[in-house]
Amino acid sequence: MSTNDWIGKSVRRVEDKRFITGMGRYTDDIILPQQTYASFVRSPYAHAKIIGVDIRAAKSMQGVVAIYTGADVASVNGVPCGWQVNFKNGDIMKEPKHPLLVADKVRHVGDAVAIVIAESQAEAVDAAQAVNVEYEELPCVVNAAEAVKPGAPLVHADVPANTCYDWSLGNPISEVDEAIHNAAHVSTLEFVNQRLIPNAIEPRSYNSSYEAATDKYTLYTSTQNPHLIRLLMCAFVLGIPEHKVRVVGPDVGGAFGSKIFHYTEEALLTWCTKKIKRPVKWTSTRTEAFQLDAHGRDHITKADMGFDKDGKIMALRVKTFANLGAYLSSFATCVPTYLHGTLLQGLYTTPKINVDITAVFTNTTVVDAYRGAGRPEATYLLERLVDLAAHEMNMDPAELRFKNFIPPFDGINQPGYQTQVALQYDSGNYEGVLKKGLEMLGYENFRNEQKEAAGNGKLLGVGFSTYIEACGIAPSAVVGSLGARAGLYEVGQVRVQPTGKVSVYTGSHAHGQGHETTFAQVVADKLGISMDDVEIVHGDSEAVAFGMGTYGSRSIAVGGSAIVKSIEKIIEKGKKIAAHKLEANADDIEFASGKFTVKGTDKSVGFGDVALTAYVPHHYPAGLEPGLDFSSFYDPANFTYPFGCHIAVVEIDKETGNVILKRFIAVDDVGNVINPMIVDGQIHGGVVQGVGQALFEGAEYDANGQLTNGSYMDYCMPRADDVPMIETAGQVTPCPHNPLGVKGAGEAGTIGSTPAVVNAVIDALWSGGHKVKDIRMPVTSERVWRAMQN
Amino acid sequence: MSIKISVTVNGVKHHDRVEPRLLLVHYLRDVLRLTGTHVGCDTSSCGACTIHVNGKAAKSCTLLAVQADKTKIITIEGLAEDDMMHPLQEAFKECHGLQCGFCTPGMIMTAADLLQHNSKPTEEEIRAALKGNYCRCTGYHNIVKSVQYAAAKMKAAKKPKKEVVL
Repeated sequence: MSTNDWIGKSVRRVEDKRFITGMGRYTDDIILPQQTYASFVRSPYAHAKIIGVDIRAAKSMQGVVAIYTGADVASVNGVPCGWQVNFKNGDIMKEPKHPLLVADKVRHVGDAVAIVIAESQAEAVDAAQAVNVEYEELPCVVNAAEAVKPGAPLVHADVPANTCYDWSLGNPISEVDEAIHNAAHVSTLEFVNQRLIPNAIEPRSYNSSYEAATDKYTLYTSTQNPHLIRLLMCAFVLGIPEHKVRVVGPDVGGAFGSKIFHYTEEALLTWCTKKIKRPVKWTSTRTEAFQLDAHGRDHITKADMGFDKDGKIMALRVKTFANLGAYLSSFATCVPTYLHGTLLQGLYTTPKINVDITAVFTNTTVVDAYRGAGRPEATYLLERLVDLAAHEMNMDPAELRFKNFIPPFDGINQPGYQTQVALQYDSGNYEGVLKKGLEMLGYENFRNEQKEAAGNGKLLGVGFSTYIEACGIAPSAVVGSLGARAGLYEVGQVRVQPTGKVSVYTGSHAHGQGHETTFAQVVADKLGISMDDVEIVHGDSEAVAFGMGTYGSRSIAVGGSAIVKSIEKIIEKGKKIAAHKLEANADDIEFASGKFTVKGTDKSVGFGDVALTAYVPHHYPAGLEPGLDFSSFYDPANFTYPFGCHIAVVEIDKETGNVILKRFIAVDDVGNVINPMIVDGQIHGGVVQGVGQALFEGAEYDANGQLTNGSYMDYCMPRADDVPMIETAGQVTPCPHNPLGVKGAGEAGTIGSTPAVVNAVIDALWSGGHKVKDIRMPVTSERVWRAMQN
Repeated sequence: MSIKISVTVNGVKHHDRVEPRLLLVHYLRDVLRLTGTHVGCDTSSCGACTIHVNGKAAKSCTLLAVQADKTKIITIEGLAEDDMMHPLQEAFKECHGLQCGFCTPGMIMTAADLLQHNSKPTEEEIRAALKGNYCRCTGYHNIVKSVQYAAAKMKAAKKPKKEVVL
């Protein structure tokens, strides 16, 4: 392999060796000198007054170091919310305190009442069980649509109708109502986009320590964004000096959004470590993970899509109740609004759109961004409606989509596409991905196979989903105007060492995405050096200047672009040094394949030679600083807009209703691709998570607010024998506004796949004469069987 | 109260006194500091803690340390021999069979057990063998490919069938 063409190659991952040999270093693997262990006393009730907390018996138990209750942290701030959404009337959203430990009343099962710290984990658990809490149970509410009704129990006494905010976006509702009224056909769906539990296989884990002699804290945390945790914890919760706090996110065992947020335990452990002057560690049990890790989705929606007589979409009207859980998680408020409402244009030219959201507190676990975050909900809504309309109007679902697609545009020669719901798409070729998907499927043959299957006791169905997402989060000025309380740029520092080896410090954080490989590919490619000469450093606030972390498929588009900006500065300075060495004008120097060359000559000097000169500047340009080390903050001009076409083929057993996913085709356009192997891997995993929502997963609360399937024995996630191989293909429409032309691939699979699978089930049912409009997710055998009885 | 155990882990004999309630996975992680074996759940459902006990895959969260007395255990740290990666380790890297790496040790140990008694498994057999191990990152696609790749490599190497027992 020549040294300057690393981009676009399926380079095997450099991080793998430590993981396949058991040498990964996750937070729970760390034991510090003088380590103590924490266990929590948590509420068994969804809603209850705390009458009293008796810690006397527990405190005298063997190994107990300290016990703290809500009263001890009453003066400490709660964890903050990072995005402000206002009511339609301009009032600021309701933002009740989310305390580190509750003192007055518990608001969901698992709410923390006390922390017990002991010499060993077992002793901490033993003592936690000896803490006696007296509760007075209160009526609770778990359903968002119920929670806004008069007389519903109030989760927070000062939040009327449990409403955090109401919000709308798009064209005036009167115009949309009129367009729906005048439509030749209206398809309507009332559905639940069910609550999901992220379930990264590594449970959350924190280990916080304090050194009195230097007044310094170190927090190891299973997080997606160490700097953001440091900022939120220091500035908003504990009021401790940011420069005295080191936050490290070491190897993190999957996250999917659930490890973005600043959780109460991170701040509480950091508060405790200063009290006891010893490190405190806590690792969530899986049971706690089900009760506490921010859940995803949970929308109750009614949506109407109006069509003219030829099948052109004329209008879309959406009303959604979004369940936020008992408190505001860090970014809960932007998910149903700016990550959902803004995506309801989809890939279609719909001229009138109005979306109306009511965000609601309930006595349930908090809800926040989970892989896709708002965009899966938007895609599900649109793609289910389009497929339903095709059935109802007796049109082909692919044809109906072709009829309504926004025509291709590259964002350079043709402008970006301005939607009715605030966004401007960067570039797209939507019909391209559907055409490719249909070819891979063999669509014409499929309809014949479908007819044949019906004769064999099976129902065969195909489902389409053509999706778009807003990624590369995000232009700071734009999100700032929409309520974000942080900038969403990224930081990339490129330090060329004297020997020409390169250390890169990125604010992005990898927890499975393979940044140590893809980012090194970018650097090696741009500098014309070997990948072996590049090291990617991430996840440590003491090593990396600053960073906003990894979520919203932003790492390569924003973090990668920050690195490219620093590389450009390295090359520019390198040209000056090279010009001096070659006795030429810096303007006459060109850089390619790791060499600085005087244009039109064979006079050149290598990258390593220039690096050494920068650090041993004996013969050096006058006025130029030594060293070759640049840092950049990259703030994107726009979101990026990956898109694609997902197609599912399912087979239903007519006797049992059992659904088998026979094929899954994913054609994704994520812009330019740095490492196709890694992008494919992201798609595979994303697709299967989306299939999980369609067929297997869903949090179930009973009327008492108990999560009735809160374990791996009860909450069904896809296992190896539940899914087929995923057939992937790409299309490349580069992003016009970032230097790599990349759009991001982390969430595409999850966003596109869910409606494709459900649409396939519906298609199969219609092929058997069961003309159902909807089937509730997860689509279990029982639900399919019941649908076939009608 | 503590109980004396002797256990051979990755070829090294250990004598320890342990609490009767100590789980084997915590003995490996916290006492021996072999942290490649992971804990992902509390119901023996996820498989992240899979090791080999006397040559067979076992979930180390389902065994007490005292039950491991007089056994021979291999963990992910002991799978490579003489610094030579096990074919499955190579395969997981070659086929991108891992992302976050958290389930990977358990996956590899489970797959190693499969390949000990079935040198040429079908895709269906591989998926069935791995269904006790959750992966949330890969969608299993490249894990299945990794096992197929390793099986082919091991066959090509024409080594006699060998138990991974020391």
